Amino acid sequence: MCAVLPPALSRVEIMSNSIEIKNLDLNFGSIEVLQNLNLDVGKGEFLVLLGSSGCGKSTLLNCIAGLLDVTAGQIHINNKNVTWAEPSERGIGMVFQSYALYPQMTVEGNLSFGLKNAKLPKAEIADRVKRAADILQIEPLLKRKPAALSGGQRQRVAIGRALVRDVDVFLFDEPLSNLDAKLRADLRVEIKRLHQKLENTMVYVTHDQIEAMTLADRIAIMRGGKIMQLGTPDEIYGLPMNKYVADFIGSPSMNFIDGSIQNGVFTAGDLAISLTGYEFTSGEAVDGGATLGIRPEHVITGELVSHSPYCIDVEVELIEPTGSDKLIDCQVAGHLFRVRMDGQAQVSVGEVLRLGIDPARASLFDAATEVRL
Amino acid sequence: MSSARPSRLFRNKSAKIAAIPMIVTALFVFVGGTVWTIVYSFTKSGLLPRLKWVGLDQYERLWSTRKWLVSIENLAIYGFCTLVLVFVIGFILAALIDQKIRFENTIRTVILYPYALSFVVTGLVWQWILNPEFGVQKIVRSWGWESFQFDPLYTADIAIYGVLIAGLWQGSGLVMVLMLAGLRGIDQDVWKAARIDGIPAWKTYLFIVIPMMRPVFITTLVLVVTGIVKIYDLIVAQTGGGPGIATEVPAKYVYDSMFRANNLGQGFAASTMMLLTVALIVIPWAILEFGGSRNRD
Ligand SMILES: Nc1ncnc2c1ncn2[C@@H]1O[C@H](COP(=O)(O)OP(=O)(O)O)[C@@H](O)[C@H]1O
Ligand SMILES: [Mg+2]
Repeated sequence: MCAVLPPALSRVEIMSNSIEIKNLDLNFGSIEVLQNLNLDVGKGEFLVLLGSSGCGKSTLLNCIAGLLDVTAGQIHINNKNVTWAEPSERGIGMVFQSYALYPQMTVEGNLSFGLKNAKLPKAEIADRVKRAADILQIEPLLKRKPAALSGGQRQRVAIGRALVRDVDVFLFDEPLSNLDAKLRADLRVEIKRLHQKLENTMVYVTHDQIEAMTLADRIAIMRGGKIMQLGTPDEIYGLPMNKYVADFIGSPSMNFIDGSIQNGVFTAGDLAISLTGYEFTSGEAVDGGATLGIRPEHVITGELVSHSPYCIDVEVELIEPTGSDKLIDCQVAGHLFRVRMDGQAQVSVGEVLRLGIDPARASLFDAATEVRL
Repeated sequence: MSSARPSRLFRNKSAKIAAIPMIVTALFVFVGGTVWTIVYSFTKSGLLPRLKWVGLDQYERLWSTRKWLVSIENLAIYGFCTLVLVFVIGFILAALIDQKIRFENTIRTVILYPYALSFVVTGLVWQWILNPEFGVQKIVRSWGWESFQFDPLYTADIAIYGVLIAGLWQGSGLVMVLMLAGLRGIDQDVWKAARIDGIPAWKTYLFIVIPMMRPVFITTLVLVVTGIVKIYDLIVAQTGGGPGIATEVPAKYVYDSMFRANNLGQGFAASTMMLLTVALIVIPWAILEFGGSRNRD
């Protein structure tokens, strides 16, 4: 895969930052959840924090929101140091997984309660509520209570509550995780539209990589309170900077083969792949223990195999048809190896299949540090 | 599908059979006993129940007895103050403990402990504490404040407040744990959302959290009110109704009429009045709560 430096990245660099997190530490008692975390979010950027459960995504989001007191470090929002500011004074709106609506108030009450409390003029409140209801298409629901709404409608109201605050930064904590698959897909699109329309900064926490890939301008992959990689969805997918990210992103996940590099050739078992065409991060080939990673969809099959730099014959062990694709399980150099083929491809179990591997579309990781070579 | 749909009466057979003892008890003991009591309140029963009708005589006598009037007044004062204070104290304690303080378990146990005691013990303990000879008054005087006076149980006008203190001491703990359970049941995200909306904590409690705790409040209210209406043992242990008749309450009046004055009819009339009062409170509430529109949340 060609290593595009996507325009999004350069765009972000030109614009000023909306959120700057500097050397952030957060401990719960003796448990260190976030350590020395640095992160800048550009104005108008859609940043997704992606990671498995318990990696500290919500904690980071709560720190940005001011719902947790940081142990050390600073948080700036719109060029103001808000490290010790109240959540309501940071210019943020937040949407929670559990919706967190006020159940005894109507939808209208939910939207306007914060504004009333801030003593905004009545006309202004009515305007803002109307605008939010327009954008989210919830006018018919304004007089209802949350209990009389579906999950999707509730989450829309929760987004509306952030919207009426008229702020530049939206924080989402797994807003779609409580919805069923269909609604999730619908609301995901709506959130994307909302972002395009409002052009405000959004920080979005999820453990769902599809959500992350489809929504994000940039994705921050987190693990154990650290950011493993920050980049556009293309970069994360095409140029994973370490084995964890490579493994985490993509479904089915990347195939890994442990071996070593000698004089620009990757060897593992009876495999010997010349790495011509692979772009090493250091610019030149490195020798030593390494893991080769290649995505199932990047393994070449069919007629194109004859043009590929390296070919290998394998025996088909298992076929999983998914309709659009067929997933083939086989063994390469003693490792389980999965290949994605076209749904129409004719294969059968036990058949010998010729596969092509192109080093340009593969990833290599240091065997010890698991960092991209 | 040829077999006929089973009649509603015989569905869930085992559950219904299991409920029979309770249904029988409820019918015979509660309903039967209540009807029996009401019927005999119109008779001239003395030591033993006798069906000798006297019409409303027992009630006329009841409402012209000073001891009964004082009892009613005391119950009103005690009930109103307990209701207000026990909720305020219990809720505030719960809200304080809910701030994830240290030693929460210890504090909770200490505050709930009085509830585990019988009212008789509570009554005796507070009788001593409020006794001017060796209680609070004595201690404060021994510190040098010679003119300090605090002897509610020996001053007829305020004796009922002495009982109130003991009642609160015993009852607040229960309200607190119920409220704490209610508070803990509130989704933490609601608190976060309120903070982001800039709503101060007291407003969040008042307009968001307390309305969300409505079921807990109703349960607690029922427990507290029944406790108030049937108050008897605390009075017997702490003051015996004295000084004079200053701390008499309706339940004690019923007991005294029936088993001390050997005037069953009078006791039944008083019981019926108590029942009537409770019914006047409960029935409108039940209609409001369960009748009318069913589709409320
Ligand atoms: N209030 C807390 N006290 C102690 N540990 C906590 C607390 N909240 C979260 N943690 C720990 O911090 C880590 C990160 O949690 P969180 O940010 O909620 O993860 P997630 O990425 O799933 O949102 C978890 O290991 C969790 O156990
Ligand atoms: Mg989380």
